[in-house]
Amino acid sequence: MALLSVKNLCAYYQVEVYGIHRTVRAVDGVSFELYPNEIYGVAGESSCGKTTLIKVISGNIKPPLKVNSGSIEYQFGSYVVDVLSVSKEEMRRNVRWKQISYVMQGSMSVLNPVRKIIKTFEDIVDTHEPITNKKKFLEEVIAHVNRLGLPTEILNSYPHQLSGGMRQRVAIALATVFQPKLILADEPTTALDVVVQRGVLQMLKDIQAMNSNTMLLVTHDMAVHANVANRVMIMYAGRIAEEAPTEIIFNAPVHPYTQHLIHSLPMIGERSNKLSLRGIPPNLANPPNGCRFHERCPYVMDICRTEVPEIVTVQDQHRVACHLVKESSL
Amino acid sequence: MSEIGKLLDVQQVTVEFHIGDLMGGSRLVAVNDVSFSLEKERPEIFTLAGESGSGKTTLSRLLLNDLQPTRGKVFFEGRDLSTIHKRSEFKEFMKKVQPVFQNPFETFSPLRKVDAYLFDTALNFGMAPNRRAAVEIVDEALQAVGLSLEEVSNRYPHEISGGQTQRVSVARALISHPRLILADEPVSMVDASLRMEIVNLFRELREKQNVSIIYITHDLATAYYISDRIGIMLRGYIVESGPVDDILDRPFHPYTKLLIESVPEPAPKERESWAKHISLGTTEVKEYGRVGCKFAGRCPQVMDICRQVDPPDVQIERRTVKCYLYTEHTGQASPEK
Repeated sequence: MALLSVKNLCAYYQVEVYGIHRTVRAVDGVSFELYPNEIYGVAGESSCGKTTLIKVISGNIKPPLKVNSGSIEYQFGSYVVDVLSVSKEEMRRNVRWKQISYVMQGSMSVLNPVRKIIKTFEDIVDTHEPITNKKKFLEEVIAHVNRLGLPTEILNSYPHQLSGGMRQRVAIALATVFQPKLILADEPTTALDVVVQRGVLQMLKDIQAMNSNTMLLVTHDMAVHANVANRVMIMYAGRIAEEAPTEIIFNAPVHPYTQHLIHSLPMIGERSNKLSLRGIPPNLANPPNGCRFHERCPYVMDICRTEVPEIVTVQDQHRVACHLVKESSL
Repeated sequence: MSEIGKLLDVQQVTVEFHIGDLMGGSRLVAVNDVSFSLEKERPEIFTLAGESGSGKTTLSRLLLNDLQPTRGKVFFEGRDLSTIHKRSEFKEFMKKVQPVFQNPFETFSPLRKVDAYLFDTALNFGMAPNRRAAVEIVDEALQAVGLSLEEVSNRYPHEISGGQTQRVSVARALISHPRLILADEPVSMVDASLRMEIVNLFRELREKQNVSIIYITHDLATAYYISDRIGIMLRGYIVESGPVDDILDRPFHPYTKLLIESVPEPAPKERESWAKHISLGTTEVKEYGRVGCKFAGRCPQVMDICRQVDPPDVQIERRTVKCYLYTEHTGQASPEK
């Protein structure tokens, strides 16, 4: 049973200034499912729609962002939530933070600089489950923080007293205080150093293993996906290019874009010539016809310029949107 | 004095910052007794790698003569940088040492066309008497980075891609025909599919334009790909330096080992070893203030002496490593300077 099923989701930024319409097709026809107890990676370049996708599935839809079509449905046991029709208050009280939580990129801007960490915990917990017994609350928070391997002293610190990696881990501790079913992590380690990044990702993995919940990990860093994710989705210009278990994405990618991404990764101990793709990612306000990758694709065919490739399942759990695949399987 | 034949010679430089007010406060040693040099005849790519707060950027400011060291000296082509006072001399120096910055989107003003920067640089450095004469110089610099004036003229920064903007900023640096380019995290803001474009460009510049490059980064994978030598920085010290193959294939210093191990391999088969738990430093200031080896608090092979006295530089084959574990190799534990 899927925890989250997204069907044919189209979310556009629509702006109208002085009668000029501008539509940015940030997420265009995306379908995927998340299952309990897995780490699902979403990879892609900047402005390929990763963050928009997270915004929409967390129900954070504000103009100019509009959902034009599609459905997003959660199933938390017997509790079913349709994100597009649920009331804002319900979403705020019972879904966000309790069932889904969000770890953002810049931990420094998440924490209130003039409040101690414990006060931030208090604010968040009180919104969802009013605190009646302060002593019990404190005990629970200390237990939670210690379980994640953080020292108790951090609760009495201000954010500026902690290092960047520690702040990011505090943000994760905050996001997991109710042991949510789904953790949305948007570039959680991008601003961090490699050693700290490793520590933070280990913590996320531990939490996932401890609570057997689901994590949606968005990052452009393929090496992180290789080490953390169970399944990976590759997005290109607002659409899914390929989705498969991590081993397949890295060892037998099918889509030309995925192949390029994997083969261009520099590695320590290897110095063969790495090439970069010609051209630039398309402008989503005016995307090319047909396959959005065709202008940069080394194997481009006539059909790619006119027809959008359907996403097809090539084998169990492995989906690809490319005309090359269709040709060979027909 | 600097040896003849050195392009850049950094001799035991230390930079101290004062934190706090005039009465109290503490000293923060951002760069600590750092020495290295680049040869004049053999252009090379030298990488300075390390975590944030390891002093990489402070060191690069020293090399750009934007900051004076508290102790030690920096020589460029035999000239002590602290003796450059006249504006004309400073300009001559800037012509030879050029920076490339981290974020291509912040380097250029969004309200100005990118080619304006190229022409300004050409005119400021007196490479051409007027704009018309500068066209050829600007075009030549753009050709060197795989672009042409036709492609970028009359374009605003948002009209060209991130990779192209970064190439334009490299082209800008090339206009004055520098001997040395200081690239501070030049690819960290560039998308994955365009990153190798910039990295390959640096390789090409060294080979075709005879430019030495100091590549400052925390990304060891690209450092391995392009550089000839590498220096690993930790809290102001260069803890290990030498040819990049030696250091990254067979690291000696425990910190270098940790750093390399922490780089996630882009291959799922390595995930088990990467998941091994590590201890992290809680705050940066604590490590800066530490007596003895700065890594002692996190080092798995820490000894008593590490917490008391700064480790000496030990020369082993082609590398230098700052660690007590290797002092018996040379039979001496005292610093040679």
